[in-house]
Amino acid sequence: MSDPIVTIIWAAIIAIGIAAYVVMDGFDLGIGILFPHLNVGPERDMAMNSIAPVWDGNETWLVLGGGGLLAAFPLAYAVILPALYAPLIAMLLGLIFRGVAFEFRWRDPGHRRFWDFGFFAGSLIATLAQGITLGALLQGIEVQDRAYAGGWWDWLTPFSLLCGAGLVVGYRLLGACWLVMKTTGTLHVKARRFAKWLTPFTLFMIGAVSLATPYVEEQYFTRWFEWPGLAVTIPMPLLVLGAAYMLWRDLESGYDYRPFVWALGLFLLSMIGLGISMWPDVVPGSISIYEAAAPRESQIFMLVGAVILVPVILGYTAWAYWVFRGKVDETGYH
Amino acid sequence: MAETELALLLARMQFAFTVSFHFIFPSFTIGLASYLAVLEGLWLKTGNDVYLRLFKYWLKIFSLVFGMGVVSGIVMSYQFGTNWAIFSDRAGPIIGPLMAYEVLTAFFLEAGFLGVMMFGMDKVGKKLHFTATVMVAIGTAISAFWILSVNSWMQTPTGFTTNEVGQYVVDGGWWDVVFNPSFPYRLVHTVIAAYLTTALVVGGVGAWHLLKGRDLPGVKKMFSMAMWMAAIVAPIQIFAGDMHGLNTLEHQPMKIAAMEGHFESYERAAPLILFGIPDSEEEEVHYQVAIPGLGSLILRHDIDAGLDGLDTVAREDRPPVGIVFWSFRIMVGLGFLMAGLGLLSLLARWRGKLYDWRWLHRFALAMSPAGFVAVIAGWITTEVGRQPWVVYGHMRTSEAVSAIDAPAVGTSLLAFVVIYFAVFGAGTLYILKLMSKPPAHSDSELGDMPVRAAGITPAAGLELEDGNPSPDQEEGAT
Repeated sequence: MSDPIVTIIWAAIIAIGIAAYVVMDGFDLGIGILFPHLNVGPERDMAMNSIAPVWDGNETWLVLGGGGLLAAFPLAYAVILPALYAPLIAMLLGLIFRGVAFEFRWRDPGHRRFWDFGFFAGSLIATLAQGITLGALLQGIEVQDRAYAGGWWDWLTPFSLLCGAGLVVGYRLLGACWLVMKTTGTLHVKARRFAKWLTPFTLFMIGAVSLATPYVEEQYFTRWFEWPGLAVTIPMPLLVLGAAYMLWRDLESGYDYRPFVWALGLFLLSMIGLGISMWPDVVPGSISIYEAAAPRESQIFMLVGAVILVPVILGYTAWAYWVFRGKVDETGYH
Repeated sequence: MAETELALLLARMQFAFTVSFHFIFPSFTIGLASYLAVLEGLWLKTGNDVYLRLFKYWLKIFSLVFGMGVVSGIVMSYQFGTNWAIFSDRAGPIIGPLMAYEVLTAFFLEAGFLGVMMFGMDKVGKKLHFTATVMVAIGTAISAFWILSVNSWMQTPTGFTTNEVGQYVVDGGWWDVVFNPSFPYRLVHTVIAAYLTTALVVGGVGAWHLLKGRDLPGVKKMFSMAMWMAAIVAPIQIFAGDMHGLNTLEHQPMKIAAMEGHFESYERAAPLILFGIPDSEEEEVHYQVAIPGLGSLILRHDIDAGLDGLDTVAREDRPPVGIVFWSFRIMVGLGFLMAGLGLLSLLARWRGKLYDWRWLHRFALAMSPAGFVAVIAGWITTEVGRQPWVVYGHMRTSEAVSAIDAPAVGTSLLAFVVIYFAVFGAGTLYILKLMSKPPAHSDSELGDMPVRAAGITPAAGLELEDGNPSPDQEEGAT
């Protein structure tokens, strides 16, 4: 049998893992989506070099998300993944294209434009797919006898597309703010301009998704518009607006590091909102974290490892970021 | 009914295709990461720059292979759920934690130190850089440990019971799950295979340049190191493979029967069928060339011992014989050729002709892809030999599949095939391009003054040491 306390701890670990993935791979996917706007040559090379040493580590959080879900909530893994078959396969194929582009573009100058396009298209498809996945999960999945019972196009709705588009805008903002922080010269100026444009757009998308969500499922409506949810509903938009204002102001004032931090703040607030909507379900409306939980023995066995290893991982990941701190130049370390 | 059977077949094809493609990369990077650690260690110990140049040469190749391994590996971590949902739900409580441990102990370690290993040499200093290289190498080995434990548990499941919703849950401690009966054998056999695969590639590249008359210090060094590896490790591998086979006979006798082509049981003195055409319909091996008694001698270490055949189980419980029979012979045949290459290299070394014996170089060149072929053939033998089970003896492959319609699986399979061949095909070309140039052999060649030595292609001197194109090449490309 599963243990409620350990189950909650695991839900928290996976939520943190997903949050870590979104903020870390978010900025490098965002740079991929911005790629066509960067000039061929030094601008693109500099953008690429700013993420080359860390992207692989960033993507490992995605593997932890998948592996952790399988281990701690096998039923959720077994229901969600088939339900989102098409977007997930698209995401995986997108990630292949963008992942190999890091190396391939240097190896084949004659086809660099092709691999740069692959980097852009792969990043865009992966981001769209992730947003659609989130939307499709939020709108609910049909379950029967411990298995997905819907069709193959159930994931495709205006709401899931809205979430996909929202994530594309949000990742672009993260990417632009990363470039503001890490680069110099024309790219830096350009990135700051993009970030300024993208701030109101991101705000708009957060607002649109937030307003649409309560109408997707009755559960969300009661959660957000009745006590005690109302206690969060009221300050939440203020916090989002505040973070967006600070982001805008620090972009205007010429800060390099702060905008990225505020952009991360916007994402974290959005994810907290998401958590409030879903709790305590892992498949909204169908399966709670307690129903999906793996037996206690499995969760405890992993928990021992996670408690020891996650701080170690965070330690050497931070060290790797520290080694490559500061601005990059276009020749970089490749 | 036919529709669901087609969907099952397509899902199996998709898993077989994506895992086989993926397996190519780690079977190279496990060995190459260790080789890089050895090269860097030798450089720090001896101060001989030839090791540093070899390190930089193979590091470029490593980064390409590793990148392809990462992206093809992410696919695997999601495909259990997309296509094998019932298996994921029921076996998740057992295999999930092992795979989570793989992520926590191996993937993060590799990814965390990879950036420093590839780009951080002048940022962190020699000692710390060497530490990063060693960490990446250790990460690849830990990764092999966990994923082979998962695979072995599916082959020889132990230490579990079934709960009220049909899930497999640990019973009696995780030690019995992780160290299930076939795991130690499979781990040793697979990791040695990865080392051999790398040695054959390194040896093949060395041989190519020797054949082209580029007997530079780096070329000789890599060829010599690779031939030592082949000479020492290939015989060990044959022994390890034999032990693994005996373990399989104990726990999965029908897999052995399929490998050997033994449709019928032998009360005494089973033959060893060397070649023949297995026919599952007629239940016999046509045109067989067999040595009487040798099968019993190898598998039972007693020429008079009896041996069970496929006829001891119902037809629906037998693995497909043809695939297993052939893939096993390909693997074993290549294994003996590898040992032969190692022996010849010892002979050449003893006669002082290691760098001059052209037939040895041609043989080594021809054998350079043999490790990959043997690894895939061995993988097919063990995976197809497990059929019709996904968890041996407990859960059939046909019960494990997600309820996804055939057209959806067909479309994704087609997309995987097209994109894998295009992307990884291009990657392979880039690797071959890097291999076609010899490692730099003097410092001046690493800098901006191209020195053209005899036999070196002009392009070799033009590329900067770090693989970045020079600014004028950049212009030309845009």
